[in-house]
Amino acid sequence: MLPPLKVHELIRMIRTAKTQAQEREIIQKECADIRAAFREEDGLYRHRNVAKLLYMHMLGYPAHFGQMECLKLIASPKFTDKRIGYLGAMLLLDERQDAHLLITNSIKTDLNSSVQQIQGLALCTLGCMGSSEMCRDLASEVERLLQTSNSYIKKKAVLCAVHIIQKVPDLTEMFLPACKQLLTERNHGVLHGAVVLMMEICLCSPSVLPELRKLVPQLVQKLKNIVMSGYSPEHSVSGVSDPFLQVQILRLLRILGQNDEASSDVMNDTLAQVATNTDTNRNAGNAILYETVLTIMDIKSASGLRVLAVNILGRFLLNNDKNIRYVALTSLLKLVQTDHTAVQRHRSTIVDCLKDPDASVNRRALELSFALVNASNVRGMMKELQQFLDRCVPEIKADCTSGIFLAAEKYSPSKRWHIDTIMEVLTKAGSYVRDDAVANLIHLISSASELHAYTVQKLYSALVMDISQQPLVQVATWCIGEYGDQLLAGNCEEIQPIQVSEDDVLDILEKVLHSHMSLPATRAYALTAIMKLSTRLRENVDRVRRVVSIFGSCSDLELQQRAVEYNALFKKFDHMRMAVLEKMPLLDKVLPGPNEEEEEERSPVMESASTEEKPSGQNDTAQPSQVTDLLDLLGALDDPSPAPVPQPVTEVLPTGPALLDLLGASSKPAAAIPPLTVYNKNGLQISFTFQKPGTNPSLLNITASVTNSTAADVTDFVFQAAVPKTLQLQLQAPSGNVVQALNSSAVTQLIQILNPQKVPLKMRLRLTYSHFGGAVQEVCEVSSFPPVTWQ
Amino acid sequence: MIRFMLLFSRQGKLRLQRWYISLSDKEKKKITREVTQSILARNQKASSFVEWKDLKLVYKRYASLYFCCAIEDQDNELLTLEVVHRFVELLDRYFGNVCELDIIFNFEKAYFLLDEFLMGGEIQDTSKLSVVKSIEESDMLQETMEEYMNKPTF
Repeated sequence: MLPPLKVHELIRMIRTAKTQAQEREIIQKECADIRAAFREEDGLYRHRNVAKLLYMHMLGYPAHFGQMECLKLIASPKFTDKRIGYLGAMLLLDERQDAHLLITNSIKTDLNSSVQQIQGLALCTLGCMGSSEMCRDLASEVERLLQTSNSYIKKKAVLCAVHIIQKVPDLTEMFLPACKQLLTERNHGVLHGAVVLMMEICLCSPSVLPELRKLVPQLVQKLKNIVMSGYSPEHSVSGVSDPFLQVQILRLLRILGQNDEASSDVMNDTLAQVATNTDTNRNAGNAILYETVLTIMDIKSASGLRVLAVNILGRFLLNNDKNIRYVALTSLLKLVQTDHTAVQRHRSTIVDCLKDPDASVNRRALELSFALVNASNVRGMMKELQQFLDRCVPEIKADCTSGIFLAAEKYSPSKRWHIDTIMEVLTKAGSYVRDDAVANLIHLISSASELHAYTVQKLYSALVMDISQQPLVQVATWCIGEYGDQLLAGNCEEIQPIQVSEDDVLDILEKVLHSHMSLPATRAYALTAIMKLSTRLRENVDRVRRVVSIFGSCSDLELQQRAVEYNALFKKFDHMRMAVLEKMPLLDKVLPGPNEEEEEERSPVMESASTEEKPSGQNDTAQPSQVTDLLDLLGALDDPSPAPVPQPVTEVLPTGPALLDLLGASSKPAAAIPPLTVYNKNGLQISFTFQKPGTNPSLLNITASVTNSTAADVTDFVFQAAVPKTLQLQLQAPSGNVVQALNSSAVTQLIQILNPQKVPLKMRLRLTYSHFGGAVQEVCEVSSFPPVTWQ
Repeated sequence: MIRFMLLFSRQGKLRLQRWYISLSDKEKKKITREVTQSILARNQKASSFVEWKDLKLVYKRYASLYFCCAIEDQDNELLTLEVVHRFVELLDRYFGNVCELDIIFNFEKAYFLLDEFLMGGEIQDTSKLSVVKSIEESDMLQETMEEYMNKPTF
């Protein structure tokens, strides 16, 4: 019988395979040979066969038939066998396999072996893959080994104890007495393990914290000794003494010093010493400084020490190494709420980080910048942020625009500046702004009545230059419709007035109407604007009539409806036209929803006053979304409704804590209803958040948020929903149809439910999307809505 | 603690995997695929840290191999870079100018070395000399004659 293939030879053979099929062939043949050898109980070459099996396992092939062989190897007296056997156990066996318990006895025997390397193997295996049953069985053995004077065994036993406590927290008490004794060790490996053990104990059973706090002086002394000790060839890394141990001690001190004045006092001096004396030229020193800063910020430290910590972070920001800059920004973000003034001092450095070539550094810097904007620095910051908006990657643009808008809302020094800022953003990054930007801007403009002339003039000029940025076009057409008379009068005080003729105005509006770049919603805005102008213009009313009647036969349902209604306004209700189209009063800033005011004004003109449809008509201001009433609720739940046309993909990235703060200041009514996760499958998760605006008691607004935790994007995502007959549902346009991978962004969509009869809410969802190259269609029912949503 | 450590080539081939948490084979494969894809997609200028699910991935490329550790939120990223570097130094000392091929053909030795350096996701010994000494002593215990040679082969 030939001896089996050597491991090297097998690896060489596999690597010569040119195709996957060839590789599989080689492996299948070898597995067959190995299986035969296992059956024949070949003890001599067992270790070789198992080693080959482990290699094939790493390539992704099944190797479960080797599990029992690993057990046999572990039981063998030969060290070579044991080594491979334990390795196999760690790679192939884990607590999910029933077989794993069988090695408990072998481990127990080996823990008592006279050969320290064998004890080491057993400890290592137990410390890596030991299940809670194994740990319970063997804990006392490990505890006994902690008493040994052999540091090789001791350091392994300590880490094994850490694992045991993680698996069986009840056993924490067992290892507590050992801690004090372990701290007196000189061996750095054992010390390091001891510190880790103490941290684990603190985590598992916080009640022992007072007990362990007594050791703080000892720990501080150890830290001091390491810092003061000179160069040691064994432990120095780039000239820094044992950074690994220093960092762990610092971390333990952080846990012990939290919320404890006494302990924090003891640490103060040494922390200051470490902070000032550590060499910052290499990564090792910076790792220690970083940990020191985290510790200072978390314990009850003196204020001088805190300033020192923030300054260290400030210096980190200027470091050439991008990793260090990244780490500094992350820490500053955590600090910005508690130590705002200290962080403000570094504002200019943070803003400079916006120019950093690394995208994650940029993102962090952006979040921090928004957190630092206040009334005194808003002008300068805005300039920087707008420059950043020009050059940042598309993924960050949405966050950036939202942040700018929020900051402008909170801190703008004047209305004109506010309007200018928003217009600037819309011109530069119009396709990335969120849906409500248009509504908010319109609201802002209408409230600044003294600036109407200025605004409409600026918007007109911007529109003439470029009609591709939809949000800007929508706002501009709305304004021209509303304030067209002021535009034509040319009476602007703020800037040089431009001369615009009625023809010019109608030209540009018609251009928008006919352009293929315009979305249907934009066209609707334009049509309405033209209509409004019929009362504001002196001549050219006929031209308006003509345009309106042409669109009476337009294929787009929304436009056709509007055109027909406006036609009717001309023909049958001409006496009402002036009244209907007069200037709008200032609207309340309310969530998009059927507005009673709007409905009243609509009713004489509308031919079909069904409340299913989106409130259209000239009073429509805040609805940049599509008419998706095609999801007919009264029909069968499986109605194949056409997908809503997506708007330009506006990414709604999760914003940092700073932005959430500003968001809280806006006038959205608080939602006290808990959110609900309605779908969670294959990495795709949809959750609903609910809001009941006060205006209509039977109205429920649901914001559906879709996230994707897999590594590949979900594309062409379409979300459809239907409700029982007695309810009415309206789906607004989604923020996009690509759900980015790894939860980096969420697609949101607003669903509005009218439930006048207060029946229990149920919903059927249909999802279609492409993922990992294949099309997916899912249907699911949701009936677990909290009662408060429909009562 | 380090939750898992993966070594993979620039083509995404796995060279070493050490898991310090219990997961099914299927989950391990899925995670490996996701992590390798997400790291291989990053460009040169990006930092060494990636936020991934609730963990932080710390990775560094040495020649043709990527060394990637997944650490918990509380762990120090900069220190983890030092841990990775120390492991590379140990491999270098043990194999003598280590290259990817050494790790491919002697994967089990790389594992033995790793298990002398880390246990349960934490460092066992902060002294380079001590770790090298331990592994050399263990090698001496191997019964097969070939094991006494410098780059032992099975």
